[in-house]
Amino acid sequence: MSEMISHLTLGFGVALTLQNLALAFVGCLVGTLIGVLPGVGPIATIAMLLPITFGLDPVGALIMLAGIYYGAQYGGSTTAILVNIPGEATSVVTTLDGHQMAKQGRAGVALGTAALGSFFAGCVATVVIAALGAPLTRLALLFGPAEYFSLMVMGLCFAVVLARGSILKAFCMIMLGLLLSTVGTDLETGQERMTFGFPPLSDGIDFAVLAMGVFGFAEVLRNLENPETRDVVKAKIGRLLPDWNDIKQSINPVLRGTGIGAILGILPGNGAVLGPFASYTIEKKIAKDPSRFGRGAIEGVAGPESANNAGAQTAFIPLLTLGIPPNAVMALMVGAMTIHGIIPGPQVMTKNPELFWGMIASMWIGNLMLLVINLPLVGLWVKLLQVPYRLMFPAILIFCCIGIYSVNNQPVDVAFTALFGLFGYILIKLGFEPAPMLLGFVLGKLMEEKLRQALIISRGSFMTFVERPISAGLLVVSVIVLTIALMPAMSKKRDEVFTE
Amino acid sequence: MKKLMLGLAASLALAFTGGAQAQGTYPTKPITMIVPFAAGGPTDIIARIVSEHMSKTLGQQIVVENVAGAGGTTGIARALTSTPDGYTIAMGHLGTFSAAPATYPGLKYDPINGMQAIGLAGGTPILIVARKNLEPKDLKEFVAYVKANPDKLNEAHAGVGSVSWTTCTLLKGQLGVPKLNAVAYRGTGPALNDLVSGQIDFMCDQIVSVAEQVKGDNIKAYAIASAERSPALPNVPTTKEAGLPDYQIEAWNGIAAPKGTPKEAVDKLVDALDKALKDETVKKRLLDLGTVMPSAEERTPAGFAALIKRDADKLSPTLAAAPK
Repeated sequence: MSEMISHLTLGFGVALTLQNLALAFVGCLVGTLIGVLPGVGPIATIAMLLPITFGLDPVGALIMLAGIYYGAQYGGSTTAILVNIPGEATSVVTTLDGHQMAKQGRAGVALGTAALGSFFAGCVATVVIAALGAPLTRLALLFGPAEYFSLMVMGLCFAVVLARGSILKAFCMIMLGLLLSTVGTDLETGQERMTFGFPPLSDGIDFAVLAMGVFGFAEVLRNLENPETRDVVKAKIGRLLPDWNDIKQSINPVLRGTGIGAILGILPGNGAVLGPFASYTIEKKIAKDPSRFGRGAIEGVAGPESANNAGAQTAFIPLLTLGIPPNAVMALMVGAMTIHGIIPGPQVMTKNPELFWGMIASMWIGNLMLLVINLPLVGLWVKLLQVPYRLMFPAILIFCCIGIYSVNNQPVDVAFTALFGLFGYILIKLGFEPAPMLLGFVLGKLMEEKLRQALIISRGSFMTFVERPISAGLLVVSVIVLTIALMPAMSKKRDEVFTE
Repeated sequence: MKKLMLGLAASLALAFTGGAQAQGTYPTKPITMIVPFAAGGPTDIIARIVSEHMSKTLGQQIVVENVAGAGGTTGIARALTSTPDGYTIAMGHLGTFSAAPATYPGLKYDPINGMQAIGLAGGTPILIVARKNLEPKDLKEFVAYVKANPDKLNEAHAGVGSVSWTTCTLLKGQLGVPKLNAVAYRGTGPALNDLVSGQIDFMCDQIVSVAEQVKGDNIKAYAIASAERSPALPNVPTTKEAGLPDYQIEAWNGIAAPKGTPKEAVDKLVDALDKALKDETVKKRLLDLGTVMPSAEERTPAGFAALIKRDADKLSPTLAAAPK
């Protein structure tokens, strides 16, 4: 306990420097600014804003990125409530009751409840991360290449099961991501693979290029085909702070949502996405009058939003302790850390304690900042929602191009991004979710590395994955998860959860 | 007469400006220093520390541009094929300048004959480290153990072409066990992790990366492959002391320009590098990174070129024959 406090003191010491406070502030602000744009979720926002952190030192850059992440999350909720467009899967639930509240002239209360609930969840999640970080990192020392490989197999199984839409499509996307990750120079032999003798491919496909293409550019393309009529709430925003009655109604949903979200967030393979759905379902089940849900029930905003934020934060745990990203947003964080020369994993905590704990402390600060800066700025965000597409989209695209060029100063990167943009658009049109692909892409490199390491160490014997107990256990869990998901009864239930 | 005067004045003026250009107008615009690795890596950090001070001496900003790819060869190729006017230079290392010709068969530049060396910015000692419960107690025992059990051991490195791969391949070549099991990692950080947890038996790496773990007794260091012990780890013997005198290799970073760069520019860059390395602040920052400051000889183009050639000769036979 005292160890945890001393760690957090170190972290706050780092996060509270003027520079880092400013970065957290700018990150939250810019993150909200982009995240609030209709149809642009946290993944797209982070992908677009990644390059602006390149000039910073690693600690500052990650603090800013974390700020961008929370900003985008919150911006997504704002759009969900005011315009009824969810920026990503997790804010789908918020549209149900949030937008109804807005239509009834209680947009302010919905936004305020979302922010306060998220802040509370963020505080709890920060403590959870600080408490679990150190022991889990020690656990990581028991992990050799075989265990890591099996853990990632399990993560991908969860990702398939938890993806929106058909299991088959999600599986295809993950496989595609894994395949794309094998382009480039072979780690063991130095041979070029699938580069077609084209030099820019010899180092593989750049993560930032893929992410910005498939999420940034493709989102813009997709939004272009929607007619420019947005259901921006015409009613007054109203007061922001919930009154005593609202608080009484939301306090229990917030507590439950935080708990559910925090636990699900730690699961590998995008467990965080389940949080809001689970919270909403539970609130609706235990409510005295379930028919209020979908008609502007404050519990339907408070619970899922808290679950969302708690999960968004505890999702950092597998990344920071094991170096394995549980979802696409965390995969982006891996990309960002690598660009700054930090290889995520258990060594981060021992080698860069100020980075590790500074980032955790800045999570809490970021949450606080969102509360302080965003509530007064709601009016501004509403205005922003009315910016016509013809101004907004060229600006986004130019910004992306400059950003992507600045990564390696290679013009060909911009061309590749455009290509991936088209590709991502086609995927969306065909009903394939690009997020599992990104996760597969990031995990693919790691998985191949670990698979081959494990096999080289075992002198080629595949039995190593079953003979080592931890590895075997993880593989058993993967098999169970897949079997359950493929059972007819379960897959029907799964469809219900995601369509609701 | 008037015309003649005018003509004379004009030619004088021309001569002066021409002369001035030859004597000292370089640089008139910012200089690009290509770093062939991602920002934040060891070479990038050294490039930024040194170039910051060099900018002051030159009176023009040196802009560091990161052009990563193919073990650093993409960026170096771009720098060395640019116009040789002194406005594009590169910071490369042991891998890109000495090892690359033998590692990458289709290399698009020639660091021995097709490059203008400027000077060495700093060397980093290489250590032979092993998991802490590996049987041999010192380097002599280790050498015997490796030779006796080449099929049992696992060596870790950070990918073909990396410093750890290059230096360990040289070691294995010298010990006569070139085929010893090599496990590739993406970066030495993860490799070190598996060394600490005992999944891997040994590796060769730069002192900066391993010093902390050696001090913390999480791994053991058999020897340092430099001429002298390092102040960072004074208890670790040199390979000479410990009985493997031929294994002498250092990871270093140095500056080069395209072949045909004007002498004036070369001289000014050499001078600026020398001044930067003499600066106390720069020196302290480099020493903190575990750098060995280059000798006066190595700071000159000829000295640096000789170092590149010497290490290339040393590495080429083993690297070319190494299983990749």
